[in-house]
Order: sequence, then structure tokens, then C-alpha cells
Amino acid sequence: MPLIKDGDFADDTFESVADNAPMPANGSIVSLARFLKDKEALLARNAPLGVRLQSSESPATLVDDVHRLSMVALEFPKFRDGRGFSWARMLRARLGFEGEIRAVGEFLYDQIAFMHRVGINAFEVRESFTLDEYRRALDEMSYAYQPSTDRRVTIRELRAEERQTHTA
Amino acid sequence: MYRYDEFDARFVSERVEQFRYQVERRLSGELTEDEFKPLRLMNGLYLQLHAYMLRVAVPYGTLSAAQLRKLAHIARKYDKGYGHFTTRQNIQFNWPRLVDVPDILAELATVEMHALQTSGNCIRNVTADHFAGAAEDEIEDPRVLAEIVRQWSSLHPEFSYLPRKFKIAVSGTEQDRAALKFHDVAVQIVKNEAGDVGYRVSAGGGMGRSPYIGHVVGEFVARADILAFLEAVMRVYNQSGRRDNIYKARIKILVNALGADEMRKQIAREFEEIRGTGTLQVPRNELERIAAYFAPPAFEELDDTSAEYEAARASDPGFRAWSDINLARHRAPGYAIATISLKPIGGIPGDCSHVQLDGLAEIMEEIGLDEIRVSHEQNLVLPHVRKADLPALFAGLKTLGLATPNAGLITDIIACPGLDYCDLANARSIPIAQRISERFGAQERQREIGELKIKISGCINACGHHHAGHIGILGVDKKGTEYYQLMLGGSGAEDASIGDILGPAFGEHEIVDAVEDVVGLYLERREPGERFLDTYRRLGSDPFKERVYAAH
Repeated sequence: MPLIKDGDFADDTFESVADNAPMPANGSIVSLARFLKDKEALLARNAPLGVRLQSSESPATLVDDVHRLSMVALEFPKFRDGRGFSWARMLRARLGFEGEIRAVGEFLYDQIAFMHRVGINAFEVRESFTLDEYRRALDEMSYAYQPSTDRRVTIRELRAEERQTHTA
Repeated sequence: MYRYDEFDARFVSERVEQFRYQVERRLSGELTEDEFKPLRLMNGLYLQLHAYMLRVAVPYGTLSAAQLRKLAHIARKYDKGYGHFTTRQNIQFNWPRLVDVPDILAELATVEMHALQTSGNCIRNVTADHFAGAAEDEIEDPRVLAEIVRQWSSLHPEFSYLPRKFKIAVSGTEQDRAALKFHDVAVQIVKNEAGDVGYRVSAGGGMGRSPYIGHVVGEFVARADILAFLEAVMRVYNQSGRRDNIYKARIKILVNALGADEMRKQIAREFEEIRGTGTLQVPRNELERIAAYFAPPAFEELDDTSAEYEAARASDPGFRAWSDINLARHRAPGYAIATISLKPIGGIPGDCSHVQLDGLAEIMEEIGLDEIRVSHEQNLVLPHVRKADLPALFAGLKTLGLATPNAGLITDIIACPGLDYCDLANARSIPIAQRISERFGAQERQREIGELKIKISGCINACGHHHAGHIGILGVDKKGTEYYQLMLGGSGAEDASIGDILGPAFGEHEIVDAVEDVVGLYLERREPGERFLDTYRRLGSDPFKERVYAAH
């Protein structure tokens, strides 16, 4: 599937590896179960490693190792399942993860802006998806009320700025 | 009342365009109905039995005259001439066409209204005490916090795909007019021993298939921390609320499964972390900015009695009855809180025609009233009326057919739309409400019975709050025939309780008689000063059971 990362199409340098398959030489994504089982061996390899979390799997279990991972893929099994939005914020805010957070699975165009706001920076998209659509999704709403992982200036901060300009 | 600044205005108008694009993609077939559903629901658009239904948000139940006129216009132009006020202080239109909905929303935006999050598995429109700003024992106007919560919850990136819907209510008084204890989260404004104002937060209340009364999860949350606290509650729920079964997905099930102590622990953990980042603190100047919009009107210094008012009471028995029943005490001398009943005898609870909406706006402008409220009991409220203006108000209401003197009485019935409209319903609610209203409609009889809250739902989702009715009625379907279960002893007030199912259900031609039997026993057995609820609580259900089932 095409990958959009940090605002542009990008090559996917990670190969998804089944739980019982041999590890390839390059970057790879494994399930949380496999990661927890073979952690030391997997991290000792000299290749980027990603972990794929199902929506029922909290990233809290990664707390000690997250900095040694290159990416975390959050699975959206159906677009109604919104746990990934909390997992992304937990990864960024609580665990301080700075690598790639990738949305995979069944999500909608209309969820991309929310995903971007909670710290997801890579998206596996359908073949026909265009960059214009991606940009449009992020531009539909100019303002946001809540502070979030994206550190976007909130409406409240804009109001405070305005007050200062008026009083200056 | 709150006014949009440039940011709020742009936010709402961009949201309209965002929805317009969603509708376009649905009409072109790019989106399947399954994909479109959560998107339209998050903008208040349902697909009902016969048509789409649009639920427009009335944040914390407050409306201006200009907004009433716009609602009247929408009812006329896009609907069949009326709207329906709901138990969550919203208004819904039953017959809009999908292609028109973006235009309706654009019209609403011109009067600072929207349909954001009036449905869907997100944080719903925030409700508040309908006597806010006028109640005598109020610590602080709850709408200030409700507006802060409204903004924080609007298009919240983390909490728009929750396990299930999420309802928040706020009140500033001990007396509970907002059914706090039946909400997913309720915030009561309180004062601690040091005299500081803060918030008591409870979570896990709810009605539906399994009713629960909420547990206190934050005894005293400081003002600046409230959004961090709410975000913590939401995060625990979003992570751990069940998603495998729609009937077990509300936060009440989670709180009950974890236990209140464990829930408090998990919330506290998230709260510490969120508060630590400091980004969600509510700054004092923002609190003051919003509070200024809700400052009460400058009340004149008046005597508590008014000559015009007393003269009208003496000369007009109709006015006297209405003012006895539909007025509540106001905090300012010489003022009253007036309830406008949307429960005409034999009518449809909560319905309001475009003529009535326009007429109310005209009355408000003539008397100089800035705002009107929607109550969760599906009535309207004028919060600040000078007593001297009451006779003119009453005359205006009479012309509009809105002067029914029954606030809080047995014909002031809450009912959901039921099988006449709703896709989820198992039975009709409206005709049962109409027949009960007709049976007990005589003025002397209603007054003799006194305070009695009947609440009717057409299915277990409990939109008609039947669990919290002094007398609750639940419509069920038995092999294609409508039956009605009777529940007694519920209360949605500060003495919250869940009604007890009395026994086997009644057919549609028996249920009104059964209610009459219940009321009959109450009248025989009540002690002086007792409301129905008091008598029921004293006697228990047995005598009522005997009476009702002996007769049928």
C-alpha cells in the first residue's frame, strides 16, 4: 500500500514479518507478541525495527524499549475503533516516542486530521489516494480548541495573543 | 449569553463546509452508507423510519430571540412547520432532505448555532440547569463551565471515536434540575470549607438497558484543573470501555466493572500526567472572558410584590392558576422564573410550531427578554421575567396556545418520539402520553394530585428517562404487539433513584387505567404534604402491585 509520511509519499522501508517467519535483513515490523518474546534478539539486529499494535494493545508495555524502536504501527481494525487515538498520544506524551507512528488498517479520509493532531505522522493509504486529498483533509479546519500532540496553536492561545495586541 | 468571536465563527462555518463535502461524497456514491453514518451522526443527522432527522444543538439549553426565529424559519422552509425539543435540551427536525442539510447548517451558523456532536460516539452537547443564573441557591452559573467544556469537546481529536456516546451535564445548585446522577459525567459546582469554588465530578451514571447512578470520582477538582480532569476520565474510558457489545459500551459499565475505587485510581494517574503538561489549564482570563457573557441582566431594584401582578391574579382565574403552577422563585425580588409548558392537554410533548417559535421571539422582544431556555423536561423557560410583565406574557402565551398550567404536574409528561418516528423504537410513546394527558387533564384533578413526573420511552434506550420517572413507562414489543411496562419510584433529581418494575406489562388499552389505579392508591394513602414519590417510598411497591394487578 502507498505510504504518506511527513506530508509526502515515501517508500516503505519496513517489511511486515509474520510471527513464525524468519527475520529479513532490512527494516521490519513485528507483532507485539513476537517483540515481547524475542525482544533482545530483535533489538540486537542492526536494522530498523517497528512494532505493530492491535487496537486492544496498549503501548504502555513498550515503555522500557520504545526508544530503541524506529516505528510503531497502530492498527485501526475498523474506523469506529478509536483506541489508536489515545495510544498515539500516550506514545508521544507519556513515552516520549519520537519515531514514526503509522496508521494502518481501516480508517477514513475524515479521520486523518484527528490522527495528525494526536501525533500520527505516517499513513498507509489506498492506491487511488492523492496528496491533494491528504492536504485537503488537514486544511478543512483552520482552528482547533484543544491542545494536542501536534502543538498546534489553540483558539485560546490565539485569543490571548489578540488581547495582548489590543492592550499593546 | 455567549457570543462567538471570529475564531468560533470560522470554526463553525468551516465545519459546515466540511460536512457539505461529506454529503457530496455520499450523494456521489464515494462514501457508502456505512462509512457516511458516523460522519453524519457527528453532525446530528439520523436516518429514521420515514426520513432523515436533524438534531440541532442548543448548548446548555440557552437560546436568543434571533435564534428562535431562525429555528422557525428552518421549520417552515425545510421541514413540516414544527420542531421537537428533546430531553437533552436540543431541538430536532423530523423531515429535512439530505441535500438541504448543509444549507440548513449554514443558516444556523448565521445565528451562532450548529449541530456538532448531537449524536455519534463522541462527547455530546453539554447540558445544564435550565434555571441557571436565576436559581436562588446557585453558587455559580453552570453555563460558564458548560461553554468551556463545549469548546474543549468540539472536534476533540482523541475522543471523537469513543466506544459509545458520552453525555456531560453541569449544575451550580444542590437542587438537581439537570438529572446529574444519570449522566456519563456530571459536574456539580461546589464550595469547599475554605470557601473556594470547585467542581465535584461524578462518572458512570446512565439510563438505557442497565440504569446506574453515577459515582463521585473527583470530590473537589480545582477550577483550573477541570479540563485536565475531564480529559483523564475520557482517556480511561476510551482505552478501556468495551467495544464488543453496544449495550455494554457506556462508561457506566466500565465504572461498574472496575469498581469506583479502581476507576478513581486510573483517572488520578492520567490526571496527574495531563495536569503535569500544563497545557490544559483553564487560564483565569479565559474563564473571566466567558463568564462575562453569562453575567445576569441588570436587575431593577423592585419590591417583591407587584400591583399589576396581584391585580391580574385577583381578576383572572386562568392567570392565577398558571402563575400558581408555572412560576418558580427568582433570586431577585420582583422577578420570577416562568415555565412555558410544551405539554398541551392531549398534545405531543416537546413539539413547537414555527408560529409558536416566532411568536415567542416576538414576546421576548416586546418584554425585553434576552434569552429563553430549553429544559430537559421538554419545556421552555423564561428565566428573568419582571412580575409586572407576567400578565402580558401570559396573554401572549395564551394566544400561541402555550399557556398550559401544568409544570411539574401529571400531564407534564416526558416522552421520546417513539415508534411514530424513531428507527430504534419498539412501541409508540406519543399516543400513550396523549391519552394519559387527556385522562388527567382536568385542572382541579391535576392540582389535587400534585407533583408527579411521568416519563415514557418507546424502547430500552430510555430517551424518555423512564427509569427516572416517579411513574415510568417503557414500551416493549411482544411478537409484534406493543406492551407497556410500569415502573414506580424513580427520580432524576438530587434524591436520584431508579424506578422498580411493578410487574407484567400492560397492553396499550390497559396502561392508562393502570396509571390511574396507581394514582388512585396514592390519593387514598398519602399523608399530608406527601408527593407521590414520598408515598411510594414510604409504602413500597406491594400495595401498588396489589391494586393494579387485582384490577386487571
